[in-house]
Amino acid sequence: MAEAAIEAFGLVREFKKGLRAVDDIELRVEPGEVYGFLGPNGAGKSTTVHMLTTLLPPTAGSARVGGHDVVTEGEEVRAIIGAALQDAALDPFLTGSEHMKLQTALHGMRGREGRERGEELLTRVGLSKAADRKVGGYSGGMRRRLDLALALVHRPRILFLDEPTTGLDVQSRSALWEEVQRLAGDRGVTVFLTTQYLEEADVLADRVGIIHRGRIVAEGTPEALKAEIGRPSVEATPVEEEDLPRMRQVLTRFGEAVASSPKGAAVRLLGGDAQLAQVVRALDAEDIGIQDLQLHAPTLDDVFLAKTGRSLEGAAEEEEPNPRRDAAAREEALAA
Amino acid sequence: MSRSTVALQVGMLARRSVVRTLRQPAMVIPALTFPLLLLAINSSGLDSATRLPGFPSDSYFEFALAIAFVQGALFSANSAGTNVSNDVETGFLNRLSLTPLRRVALLLGQLAGILALGLIQAVTFLGVGLVFGAGIKAGVGGALVIVAMSLLISLAFGCIGAFVALRTGSGEAVQGTFPLFFAALFLSSMSLPRNLIESDWFRTIADWNPVSYMLEGIRSLVITGWDGEALALGFACAGTLALLALAATASALRTRMART
Repeated sequence: MAEAAIEAFGLVREFKKGLRAVDDIELRVEPGEVYGFLGPNGAGKSTTVHMLTTLLPPTAGSARVGGHDVVTEGEEVRAIIGAALQDAALDPFLTGSEHMKLQTALHGMRGREGRERGEELLTRVGLSKAADRKVGGYSGGMRRRLDLALALVHRPRILFLDEPTTGLDVQSRSALWEEVQRLAGDRGVTVFLTTQYLEEADVLADRVGIIHRGRIVAEGTPEALKAEIGRPSVEATPVEEEDLPRMRQVLTRFGEAVASSPKGAAVRLLGGDAQLAQVVRALDAEDIGIQDLQLHAPTLDDVFLAKTGRSLEGAAEEEEPNPRRDAAAREEALAA
Repeated sequence: MSRSTVALQVGMLARRSVVRTLRQPAMVIPALTFPLLLLAINSSGLDSATRLPGFPSDSYFEFALAIAFVQGALFSANSAGTNVSNDVETGFLNRLSLTPLRRVALLLGQLAGILALGLIQAVTFLGVGLVFGAGIKAGVGGALVIVAMSLLISLAFGCIGAFVALRTGSGEAVQGTFPLFFAALFLSSMSLPRNLIESDWFRTIADWNPVSYMLEGIRSLVITGWDGEALALGFACAGTLALLALAATASALRTRMART
């Protein structure tokens, strides 16, 4: 078997007071793969990324990135990874090109080499016109793009993106997705992407790991995960509001009830989408007028719901401790 | 990693530290104006103190000029601490941790920023002093030594600010220490020579307060000339404090930038 880009074996990160932010995680990400690490806030995504990027030692277990152990070969790991962590870590008083100049210099690129690399990356992320503006005046999307460009300075083989589109508008999100797809597609970069957005994982990831309370509860391609859930759901809204209880009764003949809009009813179809015609006929037979009828293919949220008993939206746990930012969490991490 | 690469890192981080400090008027302007304001208030309000028997100068402005240098240096603690805590809070330090950066390069770069602000302050205070009639009894050489001692004091207090920021990761904690620095200044020989302080407890504190000796070192060059003992004590206090603060900052940086 070829060497994995990222591997984790029984990875654990425990903080003082027994909080297990990451609990026995097993991972294998292949070279060139985009791996989506999906979960709500506080599920353990960022703590995992901190361990894989050598910023936080695991409490137990081990991990290898690019074939190097994250604990004993930290320097080698850092040489081959790029990371854009949860907050776009930029200096508001420096310009985009000054950031690039600093980053290239820290990676040992001098003079012309550093300048050309900086210009190339700023152009690639569409910031060449804003290169001489202070970052404090950048929009959220621009900051994220600059953050990504900085992570790419030393041509990393493996890229960690920790919630890269959180808080971005739709346009900025799409632009970042395109760049990630290009990196993985054209340049063969392995991307480990954490996200709390289902759509992002669905669009970008070759495989998805769903993390809940520090544990991976499901893993596979988005298609396979959805196929595992299997059945689509149908949601119907009656013309007359008073028909809603009867509509619910009819629909439950075809499967278990699932969440729906307040004015409608929904069930997961036991017999798959072939049952849609029967549903319509049954409602017609009961003389229930249908205002709206929608067939929903299974989503990753359905997968999350099936695996955790909760919908991804609103499933946020307590915020993960951030030992590199919060004093209390750091003391805990040191004591643990 | 070659020495030239480390030198390049130090140079770039020093440049960043200086540039970001100078681009924050809210940090630079108070650091220049507040010490001058205090100097103006003190020298106009306490001028009659020069008539006290044994007062070492007939110009309170000349006597008080040293306060500006030390008070200016206290602002270094605030600016260095605020800059470092921003880096912790924004995650910028994490970005640096993921590069092949040597910690010593980060520390030296940060110190360069402190010294740049300190130099601007020292030259400004010296210029204002000369414009308003203060004579530097130790001459041009003395003026240069004033700048040097002022930079050393800035370094000491700047490192304390950076240490607090690295230990706590909090800008609020840095701001919280600011009044303590001012208490240290006010409980020194700031307003009167120690031998003329009548209150026993105040004089005892001033005797033990290293800030007194920093002030007296600079003051001696302005109003006395070359006073070896005052200079030695001033440099010893500032140097020792700088060394201790530097060691503490280096240790805090090692913990804060822990990586495997």
